[in-house]
Amino acid sequence: MKIHKVIEVLDASVLCGSELLDREIHAAGAADLMSDVLAYVRTESLLLTGLTNTQVIRTADMMDIVCIVFVRGKKPTPEVIEYGRAHDMVLLSTPYKMYYASGLLFQAGLGACE
Amino acid sequence: MDKLHLHYEVEGNDFVAAGEAAGQMKRTLRQLGIDFEIIRRCSICMYEGEINMVAHAEGGSADVIIAKDKVTIVLEDTGPGITDMELAMQEGYSTATQDVRELGFGAGMGLPNMKRYADTLAVESTPGIGTKVTMEINIPA
Repeated sequence: MKIHKVIEVLDASVLCGSELLDREIHAAGAADLMSDVLAYVRTESLLLTGLTNTQVIRTADMMDIVCIVFVRGKKPTPEVIEYGRAHDMVLLSTPYKMYYASGLLFQAGLGACE
Repeated sequence: MDKLHLHYEVEGNDFVAAGEAAGQMKRTLRQLGIDFEIIRRCSICMYEGEINMVAHAEGGSADVIIAKDKVTIVLEDTGPGITDMELAMQEGYSTATQDVRELGFGAGMGLPNMKRYADTLAVESTPGIGTKVTMEINIPA
């Protein structure tokens, strides 16, 4: 699924990486526990999270996650967004809660990280 | 390829900088053209180890030795040490503070994740003296 489609499905706003929306996402994971992300999320995937600190970006960088969606309308600080931009990530914010946003993406055909 | 030695100093209690060494190591491994899956495993081990040093030990040092057949990561600190190793290795056991938990860590997954992704993990710890964690990630020929 292209990130364009993710934005449409989640009514998301783009915080950074608007030039990278043609990227293909192969799977998604949802977590607030970064150790869980390190344990199972795979590459070229999308992360849904409610955390907005620098460590989310860093964890995503470790795992080559290309797109992070902050749920429940959350937005990180400009410094964190800048950090994401510097790491070539697409950062999105959706008004939906984590469970609902996950359901919408799953229904739209984006599978889970195995 | 000759052995390449990377050295990093990890600041304690600096939760913003935590993981910087892991990020730098990852970029070096990538420049060396090392297999993607190996890089991923090294990154997870180093990152979790670094978070542990920042959270529990007021920082320490990280050394990465990259050889043809394996990557060795050595993390050393002069922190309080681990009093009950069996408990520390258990998924879900943690002594982390609220600060660490708010970052998305401190759920007792650090050492278990390191054990899962390293080919070998050795933890030497003396309460009151410090901890040395050595991890090896093999590079298949």
